[in-house]
Amino acid sequence: MTILRKFGAFVTGSARLAFLGGNRYYYAWLAVLGLCIGQALFAYAHQFQVGLISTSMRDSVSWGYYIGNFTFLVGVAAAAVLLVVPAYVYDWKPIKEVALFGELLAVAAIVMCLLFVLVDMGRPDRFWHILPFVGRMHLPSAIMAWDAIVLNIYLAVNLTVASYLVYCAYHGIHYNKKFVWPLVIFSIPMAVSIHTVTAFLYNGMASRPYWNSAILAPRFIASAFCSGPALLLILFQILRKVSAFEIKDEAIHKVAELMAYAMGFNLFLFGAEVFKEYYSDTHHLVHYEYLFAGLHGHPSPIAPYAWMSLAFAVISFFLFLIPRTRRNFITMNVGCVLIYASVYIEKGIALIIPGFTPDQLGQVYAYVPSVTELRVAAGVFGIGFLLFTLMVKVSVGLLFGGVRERATG
Amino acid sequence: MRELPTLPMPVPAPPAEGYTRREAVVMGLFALAAAATTTGCAADALAYDEFVQKHFKDLSPEELQDRLAQMEKRYREQFGTAIKVSATPPMEGVLFGYALDLSRCIGCRRCVYGCVEENNQSRTPQTHWITVLEMDKEEGVNLQDANAYYEHETVPAPGKFYMPVACQHCENPPCVKVCPVEATWKEPDGIVVIDYDWCIGCRNCIAACPYGARRFNWTTPGLPKDEINPNTEYLGNRPRQRGVVEKCSFCLQRVRKGLYPKCVEVCPVGARKFGNLLDPTSEIRYIIENKRVFILKEELNTQPKFFYYYGL
Ligand code: SF4
Ligand code: SF4
Repeated sequence: MTILRKFGAFVTGSARLAFLGGNRYYYAWLAVLGLCIGQALFAYAHQFQVGLISTSMRDSVSWGYYIGNFTFLVGVAAAAVLLVVPAYVYDWKPIKEVALFGELLAVAAIVMCLLFVLVDMGRPDRFWHILPFVGRMHLPSAIMAWDAIVLNIYLAVNLTVASYLVYCAYHGIHYNKKFVWPLVIFSIPMAVSIHTVTAFLYNGMASRPYWNSAILAPRFIASAFCSGPALLLILFQILRKVSAFEIKDEAIHKVAELMAYAMGFNLFLFGAEVFKEYYSDTHHLVHYEYLFAGLHGHPSPIAPYAWMSLAFAVISFFLFLIPRTRRNFITMNVGCVLIYASVYIEKGIALIIPGFTPDQLGQVYAYVPSVTELRVAAGVFGIGFLLFTLMVKVSVGLLFGGVRERATG
Repeated sequence: MRELPTLPMPVPAPPAEGYTRREAVVMGLFALAAAATTTGCAADALAYDEFVQKHFKDLSPEELQDRLAQMEKRYREQFGTAIKVSATPPMEGVLFGYALDLSRCIGCRRCVYGCVEENNQSRTPQTHWITVLEMDKEEGVNLQDANAYYEHETVPAPGKFYMPVACQHCENPPCVKVCPVEATWKEPDGIVVIDYDWCIGCRNCIAACPYGARRFNWTTPGLPKDEINPNTEYLGNRPRQRGVVEKCSFCLQRVRKGLYPKCVEVCPVGARKFGNLLDPTSEIRYIIENKRVFILKEELNTQPKFFYYYGL
């Protein structure tokens, strides 16, 4: 009973913390996110009514922007937790906080992943068909069934650890290390596995030569190590300004250095892929031609983005590699934004669309997301960022704001 | 009425031991979820039943009969005309195979539209299970140069040849492998089928199929009442719904009753052949054994039961 009461107090207290006592910018940010979500509800209602014909996807390009975003966010979710590793290796003081924020980001990212899958489904009302026991999961053969399993376990683990840590902070009790650390350690291989399984989803399809490459999973991991930390570095700087959260410059620069190596590795793998395709010059090259130029004399609508992504990747690699620009906060933040944008394009656009273009029978359909897709996607990001913002606000208030439940404290 | 040519093959055997039946573990849970979802919507008993609808292979023979009756009722309401839905089981000792003579095909697309009529495909927007590819005779079979959208006054166009492609009914079908909910599977007679009531519309199978054979219902299929073929099958040509995948079923509603697929029947030049691969005296076996036969994308090991050949 007391547990229940304690939990109730925690929930109401957290809600108070989440919505009260922010500054002007905080409420403006919430309002923006609210608008994103509100407009998306209308867009999704429309899609729900007429069907996925309101997107630009067709039989030729049957996955598009939604699944691209899903893939990108799996990377963000994975890398957020992998940040725990350097926190350990370099023995940072605020290791608990770093792990906590990583986990919160992972939770928000996975929620967005699941939402992107849901909005992409032709029959969202039948989602229960893929649940264990009540549905009919096609195991062990369907990678997507595995993906559903690992994503949900990952979500559960991170949600448990994060809410437990915050709950302990709320009641001013010291968290039980024996309970938390095994879960945190467990979440590290899980982080690798969610991204690997997601890569296998594409990688295992012999029908799509563009994806049917053994280095797809390593490429996924390398690029995730770039995009996830980029978000967290920016978050840490904001938190350092507005709260008592402390993180040494040195730690931030260390992460930036690791990102440089990850990006270098990512570029190397990409180069290996490009070499193989262009040098062997088989029919499979058409997908790269579509990505970087166009086919049959028609320029491809995604080519400018592909080049942009590559340019951003190279620039940010050097920004993070050269110690002087890595240690300068302006150039480092520019690097973070460039890395994030580069990986977003790489996963959101350059991974899915060329895989389908030309299609299995050589036909070219130039897919560009529809307005409905863009609006729904904005809403999913709105929900994710809102969730993340509220969770961070609560945690920061509890960990650094000196807010405690007085009655039980 | 003209006598229909029939397929030489064994008589239908009674359903062997039926489909593997799994008792529904948590029917109560279904009901709860459904109740939660449907409250607020119009209290539609049929909608409720459709929501908790089991996988085809989980239906007991009695449940299957109920379900067929239910479907017929639903279609009568929806289209204002009687539609028969059956669940004809596969015949024993039969493995269906198809052969197509590239040297005869003229690219007229009669098979495409014959199929649309027979299998109740959507007319608005148009859904075609068969894609006819036009290629250069000089180039030979090269999909990267194929054109599926040719529009000539008369066919065949000079210097061109035509290659119709539909579901190849792979013996090792990647579409089946990737489906996360087992909504699509290979039947004992080799036909790859889809349970439209179980498909969640994730389109993994479309991504995995190397032959561009699968179609998604991007919106509610438009099927005018007077163009409906009322003889339908659960796993075949019954009217489809929005948000699920469909494809060629080798005209399951016909071939399991000993008729040729519609496309075989309508082809004006006799380019299409069909039969039982297990019968050594069948025409299809003769073609495979005596003609220059090839299969598409052989290196993928999908083992299509659809053979292309040069008969002339
Ligand atoms: S052709 Fe495509 S849809 Fe047909 S069985 Fe093979 S993989 Fe499946
Ligand atoms: S779209 Fe339907 S049949 Fe295809 S993989 Fe998804 S659930 Fe299975």
